[in-house]
Amino acid sequence: MKSPFPKRELCFIAVIAALVLVVVPCLNAFVPSTSALHVSTFTMSVYGKYLTYAVLAMGVNLLWGYTGILSLGQCLFFSLGGYCLGMNLMLMIGKLGQYKADIPDFMVFLEFPKRFPETGGLPPHWIPFKHFWFAALMVVVVPAVVAYIFGWLAFRSRIKGVYFSILSQALTYAATLMFFRNDFTFGGNNGLTDFKFILGFDVNHPATKRTLYVASGVLLLLVYLFCRWLNTTKFGLIQRAIRDSENRVLFSGYATAHFKLFVFVVAGVIAALGGALFVPQVGIINPSEMAPDKSLEAVVWCAVGGRQSLIGPILGAISINSLKSYATHAFAEQWPYILGLLFIFVTLFMPKGIVGIPEQFRELKARLNRKPKDETTTAPVPVEPAKPKVS
Amino acid sequence: MKSTLVSNLLCGAAAAALSFSAMAADTVKVGVLHSLSGTMAISETSLKDVLLFTFDEINKAGGIKVGGKKVLIEPVVVDPASNWPLFAEKAEQLLVKDKVSVVFGCWTSVSRKSCLPVFERNNGLLFYPVQYEGEELSKNIFYTAEAVNQQAVPAVDYMLGEGKKKFFLLGSDYVYPRTTNKILKQYLKSKGIPDSDIEEIYTPFGHTDYQTIVASVKKFAAGGKACIISTLNGDTNVPFFKEFANAGLTSENCPVVSFSISEDEFRGLPAKQLVGHLGCWTYFMSIKSPENTKFVGDFMKWIKAPVVTGVDYKVTGIDAKGRVTCSPMNLSRIGVYLWKQAVEKAGTFEVDAVRTALIGQKFKAPTGEVTMQENHHLINPVFIGETLATGQFKIIKSLGAVAGEPFSEKFLTKK
Repeated sequence: MKSPFPKRELCFIAVIAALVLVVVPCLNAFVPSTSALHVSTFTMSVYGKYLTYAVLAMGVNLLWGYTGILSLGQCLFFSLGGYCLGMNLMLMIGKLGQYKADIPDFMVFLEFPKRFPETGGLPPHWIPFKHFWFAALMVVVVPAVVAYIFGWLAFRSRIKGVYFSILSQALTYAATLMFFRNDFTFGGNNGLTDFKFILGFDVNHPATKRTLYVASGVLLLLVYLFCRWLNTTKFGLIQRAIRDSENRVLFSGYATAHFKLFVFVVAGVIAALGGALFVPQVGIINPSEMAPDKSLEAVVWCAVGGRQSLIGPILGAISINSLKSYATHAFAEQWPYILGLLFIFVTLFMPKGIVGIPEQFRELKARLNRKPKDETTTAPVPVEPAKPKVS
Repeated sequence: MKSTLVSNLLCGAAAAALSFSAMAADTVKVGVLHSLSGTMAISETSLKDVLLFTFDEINKAGGIKVGGKKVLIEPVVVDPASNWPLFAEKAEQLLVKDKVSVVFGCWTSVSRKSCLPVFERNNGLLFYPVQYEGEELSKNIFYTAEAVNQQAVPAVDYMLGEGKKKFFLLGSDYVYPRTTNKILKQYLKSKGIPDSDIEEIYTPFGHTDYQTIVASVKKFAAGGKACIISTLNGDTNVPFFKEFANAGLTSENCPVVSFSISEDEFRGLPAKQLVGHLGCWTYFMSIKSPENTKFVGDFMKWIKAPVVTGVDYKVTGIDAKGRVTCSPMNLSRIGVYLWKQAVEKAGTFEVDAVRTALIGQKFKAPTGEVTMQENHHLINPVFIGETLATGQFKIIKSLGAVAGEPFSEKFLTKK
């Protein structure tokens, strides 16, 4: 019990991590672009984006797969994290914008200098974001506070199941509408974009992109290890018990609301960290990132990859997004049908997602092996047919 | 029997040889970056269609003549799916992976803002064809689009001329309506309209419930002499105009000037409810000129059997029913021709040379001559049209050529 990770799993993680965190960046940095083995900065950066999506999916899964809370608003936290870092990146543009002004462009044409004359047009709450450390801190604090308040209200009132899902969706929708408003001082529908520097480094420089990619990979690894560790603790056990039968846990004397609140806040922070790394890599954050359909997409990644497993959401997020990137280029007209049919197929025939495939094969094999036996014994044994239903 | 077989074979071989020679001709890759799915697909798909049509038109006429060679256009179509970060990804894919010489695309401002850094970083070239708010000038983007002073300002001038005194500014809540209305408010004030007679309301993308808004419009318009300046985008127009008609409002008691509804939008909108309402664009399908007759006629013919001549590209997903042409389509096509002429002038596809060659480039468009100015915007004639039950516009006023100016400070102070 002391070392939670079996040796085989550790080896597997180490190999994947080495591949993603060392081999790919090296192929980008040291292999000449003429070589077939070269990984272009564009490709690496796109995968960097998928890694941040995978982080988001891990958060969704921690809630849904392991605690039984289906939140349809996780992209709110993802975006909040993105906005917090984006604000810093916005202020780092300096005088390189369209207007050569000290404040971001959208503040100039929305006449912020008239609204906030004492700060030269910069809304007061933007000022501390000049410091990277403050922005980085806020990436964790803001989503955590929002998640805490919302979670506290929801779980205390014992809002469960589909009602919680609807509420979380409403929350993220409300936030979208709020961020859409230009008066809300976060750039309205256009959001924050045209970043130039992060921590003094050129955002668009291949080396910066490589660093961001590696950072996303490291974050994903840490989140994975954290979730894996949490599973082995007593807390993880209670978490799963809540998923399976909350009332029993409640009557056993556990304050389930507190457990759920903790998980909700943690999942929010995980999503926000993903969002913070997403933004400098794609170069834009705007309210449509927190629209309900984005959060639904994240849930779909988990479902396709396989929830109730840690690796499933990662597989789901990366495979679906790679497929989407590929199909929107190769089958620009037909890709929604391709993806739609895939989702239907997964829902109908692969209830456990991609990670469930080996198990499904094993079951199928077992069933096929059993069949001839059934035919040879003319007198059916009553216990036999009930057996395959164990899973 | 045998001889026919042989001749068939020969024919086949000849055809193969012909198609091979067509394949062997030089081609240049050109990117098309319009949403073919998601909320913006309803508008953007038509632009993809007209771009493919224009490529075919150019290829049929012998392609682009560069350095004594004929180069055919090979389209690379991608779908950024109305998803703004995906626009940036797809733009980069086109520039870096496909190595396209130019990209035609984007509809919403946010999509343009999302890809702008990508084009600047990779020194790409983007042609942007849809009316927009200005306040931007990238050396990597050419805006064939109407700037605010080529659409909103002339439209308001017209309304003032018609004796309208009260202005209800209704828009989707994003930067184009916001900025346009900000400029219009300044402009209206300079024309002596008091604040109390200007109302401003924004609704989110995809908004469907216009009951309360229409009720307040009704109240606002009760005294007469009122009009609505609408910058509602995409499919939100359907519920708005339904509600508008249900409330008993008409073009008589409160006309609507829409900046985002062109002929193409009427394919999905019941035009009957909009009869008499106005539009303001630099192109209408009903414009009478030999160039326009040819453009419309050829496009209608093409849409029934769409191909891009001479290159290995299969056109799919074209809806041939009830097709029309509209301003963004016209501006998309103008962009392609301006680029072609600039490439021919520069003698290369190299972006820096083409950019220089583009300035001052003139094209005989369906509405008359257009000129690309140094500020990357067009000098383009402006028209006011009245909606007919057929979904077409009757041109009621032609406002002559207006030089596009992206920065409102410049044209507001000029007046």
